[in-house]
Amino acid sequence: MTSATTESVAPPAPASLRRRNRGDPLYRGVVTALALALPLLLLVLVAELAVNARPAMRRFGWGFLTSSTWDPVAEVYGAAPMIFGTLVSSLLALVIAVPLALGVAIFLTEFAPRWTRKPVAFLVELLAAVPSVVYGLWGIFVLIPFLRTYAVPPLKAALGWTPLFQGVFYGNSMLAGGIILAIMIVPYIAAVSREVILAVPASQREAALGLGATRWEAVWSAVLPYGRPGIIGAVMLGLGRALGETMAVTMVIGNRHDIGLSVLQPGYTMAAAIANEFSEATTDLYLSALFEVGLILFVITVAVNALARLLVWRVARGAAIGSKAL
Amino acid sequence: MTVRALRRRAVSALMTGLVAGLCLLAVLPLLFILGDLVAKGASSIDWHFFTRSPAPAGESGGGVANAIAGTGVIVGLAGLIGLPVGIGAGIFLAEYGAGRLGFFVRFVADVMNGTPSIVVGIFAWTFIVKPVGHFSALAGAVALAVLMVPMIARTSEEMVRLVPHSLREAALALGYPRWRTSLRVVVRSALSGIVTGSLVAIARVAGETAPLLFTALGNLNFTTDVSQPMQTLSLQIYVYATGPFDEWHRLAWAAALVLMGLVLVLALFARWVTRERYGAR
Repeated sequence: MTSATTESVAPPAPASLRRRNRGDPLYRGVVTALALALPLLLLVLVAELAVNARPAMRRFGWGFLTSSTWDPVAEVYGAAPMIFGTLVSSLLALVIAVPLALGVAIFLTEFAPRWTRKPVAFLVELLAAVPSVVYGLWGIFVLIPFLRTYAVPPLKAALGWTPLFQGVFYGNSMLAGGIILAIMIVPYIAAVSREVILAVPASQREAALGLGATRWEAVWSAVLPYGRPGIIGAVMLGLGRALGETMAVTMVIGNRHDIGLSVLQPGYTMAAAIANEFSEATTDLYLSALFEVGLILFVITVAVNALARLLVWRVARGAAIGSKAL
Repeated sequence: MTVRALRRRAVSALMTGLVAGLCLLAVLPLLFILGDLVAKGASSIDWHFFTRSPAPAGESGGGVANAIAGTGVIVGLAGLIGLPVGIGAGIFLAEYGAGRLGFFVRFVADVMNGTPSIVVGIFAWTFIVKPVGHFSALAGAVALAVLMVPMIARTSEEMVRLVPHSLREAALALGYPRWRTSLRVVVRSALSGIVTGSLVAIARVAGETAPLLFTALGNLNFTTDVSQPMQTLSLQIYVYATGPFDEWHRLAWAAALVLMGLVLVLALFARWVTRERYGAR
């Protein structure tokens, strides 16, 4: 093409193109700015927690983590019982939820008749859609009476000699909190491990079956080991959920600042303490102590979640696994 | 057949039964919860339940009109704030998110998805309630919006990614600039998926209570003024369930049934919008 024809024909086109192309950087700028809002929000959130927690940090230092005194009247605060309660109730939830969730994931990917897979998966996902406060309501009026009448007496009869099942069962307890949490985190662990198992190459399974393995042996020795990091990640995602869960736990755990080994006794969690006491915190130090509790809770859940994501990404790189449930 | 082979088959059958049993056990609580909600809640639902505000403590009668309206206002406002940011971030991740920044934002979104909602409540309290000096529905809506954004960002990204490349190439070949291609062709094709993701996110936050405890606070009277404290169904259930009166417990079950119904309708509607088009796994 000669320069003469370019000059005679083209002039309107570059001009209009240039005009339209101004939209490109603008569009990119807008969506980038919106995307940057996320890290910014996270940063502000952390900064805010840290700044407001300063007075309590200065006053109590590391003792805040180990002291069990929580006395708003004397202005002495120690969060050990809540940290203990958060960890114990979440671990209890994991002990109950992991076998159930893995059962769901394995059954739905490997054994269930095809036509049942979608409806059952949908039902399990619905468990994640039930609002936390509804779980709490159900916990108070259905689960706790059930535990009191049918579950705790035999438990005490069989295991009452261990420190784990000692004391009188009043209803609100670590046990009730742990069970409610377990029901709540099953759908998350199940959904993510199901997708992890689906991401395991079919050749893994086929090779095992080809060598004469039974279906269970193929799952156990070829599929699950391949997906192990992702499944561990799924369990940690569930743990992250359990650690930060607030309403249902607050409603059934008993909200008492005690450290006890027995799961029949009431306990407390960090989230529950914030929920119960934040709006009635009258002094600045009280409020600051609750901010510090929030900060600790935040740091623990972020660490657990970040680790979980990295593990899940190892099996299915970058995929938004579990995004439907999470 | 050797004893060993028989034993292996027996183990396989046994374990199949075991995982099937575990699966059943996992679904059971859902059936119980739904059953209990209907059994204990349905009888209290009548016309007054939807049209009246709560009666004074201890008296019978009254409804949750204030809470239903409040849920609508707060969730609607949260959607107004959260949807544009979330969808925009999702478009960024799908269209420009291949580099380091994309990876970082994606990671932050996933981490934020796991942030305890009560912590987000504290965030909204410090940002709005504290400077303004009183609790407000707006603060609650902001808290819910913060919870929605990462959820919507990730699902929108996924949906935009599902649009076939040929569609984008066709538009670019016709001389569309990138931004128009993205908005008018790619995002539009992914729209039903984005709507679904948004509805799911809305359904999730509609049931949230923890971030509203010290932002929206709750209100016994009917109001639609977002600068004032406002009741939501979730807050009302919490107060009624933990209160001392049988009448309150009765209303808590009814309110829970309504809330659950709302969440279910949103979730089912979301499924219906996409039907079999996307994500047929």
